[in-house]
Amino acid sequence: MFQIFTDFASWLIYDLCGISADTKLGDALHFFVEDVSKIFFLLIVMIYLIALVRASLNVERVRDFLAGKHRGVGYIMGSGFGAITPFCSCSSIPVFLGFTSAGIPVGITMSFLITSPLINEVAVLLLMSLLGWKFTLLYIIVGMSVGVLGGLFLDAIKAERWLQSFAAEALQRGQANTTEGEAEQQPVLSVKERHAFAKDETFDIFGRVWKWVIIGVGLGAALHGFVPDGWIEANLGDGEWWSVPSAVLLGIPLYSNATGVIPIMESLITQGLPVGTTLAFCMSTVAASFPEFILLKQVMQWRLLATLFVLLLVAFTVIGWVLNIVTPFL
Amino acid sequence: MKNIKVLGSGCAKCQKTAELIQRIADEKNVQIVLEKVTDPMQIMTYNVMSTPAVVMDESVVHKGSIPKTTDVEEWLTE
Repeated sequence: MFQIFTDFASWLIYDLCGISADTKLGDALHFFVEDVSKIFFLLIVMIYLIALVRASLNVERVRDFLAGKHRGVGYIMGSGFGAITPFCSCSSIPVFLGFTSAGIPVGITMSFLITSPLINEVAVLLLMSLLGWKFTLLYIIVGMSVGVLGGLFLDAIKAERWLQSFAAEALQRGQANTTEGEAEQQPVLSVKERHAFAKDETFDIFGRVWKWVIIGVGLGAALHGFVPDGWIEANLGDGEWWSVPSAVLLGIPLYSNATGVIPIMESLITQGLPVGTTLAFCMSTVAASFPEFILLKQVMQWRLLATLFVLLLVAFTVIGWVLNIVTPFL
Repeated sequence: MKNIKVLGSGCAKCQKTAELIQRIADEKNVQIVLEKVTDPMQIMTYNVMSTPAVVMDESVVHKGSIPKTTDVEEWLTE
């Protein structure tokens, strides 16, 4: 199905530019053109189709749905909605406060917010096309587990003690107020409105992520063409215990979104870096970012922020270790 | 004189929204007072969860994206 992109890259690089397939440059350029054209095509088609389906889903609906849900399902629901609900990370503070003032426990809100950057339709698409469905499934399960368990843990330690006072008050008011009459009426969307939404979404998301794809695939291509074959495998491939926490630490200052990181994952894995180490690195790059944490400071005290940060780092490290042990048996 | 607030945490989209409204107001010669609200506590009082959001004379008219030019024109000429 994707052969056409390989052929296109061969034609452009080998035939039109006359760069030999045997040179490192030719190899790297071919990889770049093939992946970028494939990813761009998939993104445009799939974002549009997915947006058509989820046009009527928004954070207000999710809030109304989560409010008053039993805790047990709440975490899984929160995490699940985090994966499928579109929202920009610059909205995380209003979303946090909106959920909180509806009386939703902090843990469930955090399940939503932790999962959201890790799993989204663009990330899943890229994983499917570059690394196959098995790895994609693994990624989704791991991402959601981090969200669910992180939320459970935060409620278990009563994280709401460490909210900023106005957010804590909003939470108390929300929990005291159990009437559910406030739910907004959502209009039923016509096909035309869905198309308009999907078109806007496609332009918007593509406009935001295309440069990440270029950067990500560019780095991946550089790895592919210029790091000697077997170098990564020889030096990092045997899964030393320290390689996972190092990868996680290295991922923190590197702030990226899932779109930019996944093409790099592909290169790292094909070069022989163990799956667990790769996944730990990538999740840490995507989910534990300083800009995001600085924003959260507006609603959380330092103690809660630090707890959350450590929680994510420990979670990614453990995931990396477990996967490195388990993958040889898959 | 219309009182317009753009709610948002100061991200690029909120910036663009404010610029768009100001530009159209200038074009249409409509007098407005434009204010950018970045304080989460204030944003919460409007019960808004997706930013940028636009508040006209204390009622929320738009949220979640940069508004369309035609919408802004409509608000300003109402």
